[in-house]
Amino acid sequence: MGSPSTPLLEVQDLSIGFESETGTVAITDRVSFRINAGEAYGLVGESGCGKSVTCLALLKLLPNPGGKILSGKILFRGRDILSMPPQELRALRGGDIAMIFQEPGAALNPLWPIRKQLLEPFRYHEFSGDPERRILTLLERVGIPDPPRVLDAYPHQLSGGMLQRVMIAMALALNPKLLIADEPTTALDVTVQAQIMELIGELRREFGAAVLMITHNLNLVAQYADRVGVMYAGRVVEEGSVGDVLDAPAHPYSQGLLAALPRLTGGRQAPRPIPGQVPRPSDYVSGCRFRDRCAHAFAPCGEQPPSREISTGHSVACFLGMEKAVA
Amino acid sequence: MDTALPQLAGPDPHSPPGNPSVTVAPPLIQAENLKTFFPVTGGVFRKTVGHVKAVNGVSLEIGAGEVVSVVGESGCGKSTLGYSLLGLTLPTAGILRLNGQALDITRTSSWTPYRKDFQIVFQDPYTSLNPRHTVLEILSGPMRAHGLVDARHARDAVAALLAKVGLPPDYMHRFPHAFSGGQRQRLGIARALGLKPKLIVCDEVVAALDVSVQAQIVQLLMELRAELGLSLLFISHDLSLVKSISDKVLVMYLGKIVEAAEAQALFVAPRHPYSAALLESIPTLDRARKPKLLGGEIPSPVDLPPGCAFAGRCPSAQIRCREETPVLRSLNVTQAACHYPLADAAELNLSGPTRV
Repeated sequence: MGSPSTPLLEVQDLSIGFESETGTVAITDRVSFRINAGEAYGLVGESGCGKSVTCLALLKLLPNPGGKILSGKILFRGRDILSMPPQELRALRGGDIAMIFQEPGAALNPLWPIRKQLLEPFRYHEFSGDPERRILTLLERVGIPDPPRVLDAYPHQLSGGMLQRVMIAMALALNPKLLIADEPTTALDVTVQAQIMELIGELRREFGAAVLMITHNLNLVAQYADRVGVMYAGRVVEEGSVGDVLDAPAHPYSQGLLAALPRLTGGRQAPRPIPGQVPRPSDYVSGCRFRDRCAHAFAPCGEQPPSREISTGHSVACFLGMEKAVA
Repeated sequence: MDTALPQLAGPDPHSPPGNPSVTVAPPLIQAENLKTFFPVTGGVFRKTVGHVKAVNGVSLEIGAGEVVSVVGESGCGKSTLGYSLLGLTLPTAGILRLNGQALDITRTSSWTPYRKDFQIVFQDPYTSLNPRHTVLEILSGPMRAHGLVDARHARDAVAALLAKVGLPPDYMHRFPHAFSGGQRQRLGIARALGLKPKLIVCDEVVAALDVSVQAQIVQLLMELRAELGLSLLFISHDLSLVKSISDKVLVMYLGKIVEAAEAQALFVAPRHPYSAALLESIPTLDRARKPKLLGGEIPSPVDLPPGCAFAGRCPSAQIRCREETPVLRSLNVTQAACHYPLADAAELNLSGPTRV
């Protein structure tokens, strides 16, 4: 156990690359963020920004061969996951760090009944109680009606919302300290989405687990996260408390994302698109990667803007607001 | 950052004028009690043991220049409704009029004369474009089939279409794999536009796209609507998006329309408890407004419970709701299928423009 000031998870300058015909292409570029115990952290960005790859790397689950970590550190309670011996890493996966995947239908084994899948974590980790009783309690806890029937069911017999509950139950099996949820509700209807997010929130309060939520949905982040990191083209461009980033976004990309979001409340307003499109990793330019879509781009943007703190805990990687310093 | 926006609010210049001296054209689409059932087979001899009532008695009208949205959870029948109106799935029963003409819903060929006027853009831009055809072939195919262009003029026509959806004309020799999701959806829209349709069914056209690109496609559709006087039937589960573009909204639950309302009215004061629950369950940026949970899940569309299909999840359900099926009836400015509709805006004594 680290000292109280040690964050639960600290990602330092993590760069991930993928092999391609033309050599290794860097997908993320020096991504850094930290999550404290019990905190809910939202990592947001559009497809291809590197958010899912980052969360796979946290447990060294990058596709192999193909993906590799180019540089950086991932510290879990002060210990570097990247240099951990395999047994220790295996104990961590599904134990202290658990993961909920985007598509519950694809993440569960279609040939196994739910019971067998739920019991799997207990085969690889030490557990003092009765696993069978534990999984029944868990299924009840995640709001599954008639758990004994569900235990004997196969994944295809359950709805998407039910499967996602099963996944959450499995992730919670060993009381993880950190729950990584990669787009946990994208495949679900809004009504079910609200149920699942409430459930994750409740369990977080009850078990004190921290949550890393990977999503493209800013509305979800606003409701269910404490802090948020905004990723664009492999870099974290803005980070801060949900209040700071969503109410007073400092990076033009964060501002653009918020303006592009259709609003349910307030008067009728059309969502405003960000012109252009997200670049592919092979087309990343030097300097600020958002500059060709940015209405405020000026000469200094040809250089990579450093991340700087604009208020306590709110940092942004943009030259706007520091024109004097760079002129 | 501020780009020119299509004017969304206010009367649309292309909708039929309210001037009574002008003969009003018939609605583009008029459906009465439309039903689309899919048989469920079981047993050794694959006998039909029941029906999935995907569309279970839907009536609607779409006028020229109107944007009508259909919303609901997955499995509510909104996509099947869109397909049934275009004859891509044959309806089981009901009356359907296109351009004021009733058609024989039992034969796919009945729709042939209307194909040009009624087009569709599909949900998945990755599976709805033939990967072995170039953009030129994809976009010119429908126009040539309808005799709108000949081979010699196909290039010019395709170049014009690409320009209309914001893609460079020299992209016409590329294959779909060379395009991003948003660009592919532009191609899907261009393919539909080539026939100069009166109405386009948009089946979850932006669901697969990122937020910033989603807004681009919505803006494009709204610009085209203003420019060409297009009608849109917008099928979507995203109520925030629907709010920003629709004239009318139909809320579907288990194959039936439970509420039909002007968009403004629905989002201010939904009358059906399901519409209200759907709106309240959506998370928004407003952290003071917590999403409210709607318990339970949609019952199976094969064994529908008697009475109101929503009664099992409805917070205000009473005994009558489980016995007697409510029909869609007019309530001031909206229509709702509910025995005990929620209070309207006036009764709520709303001061602000929003409730949800």
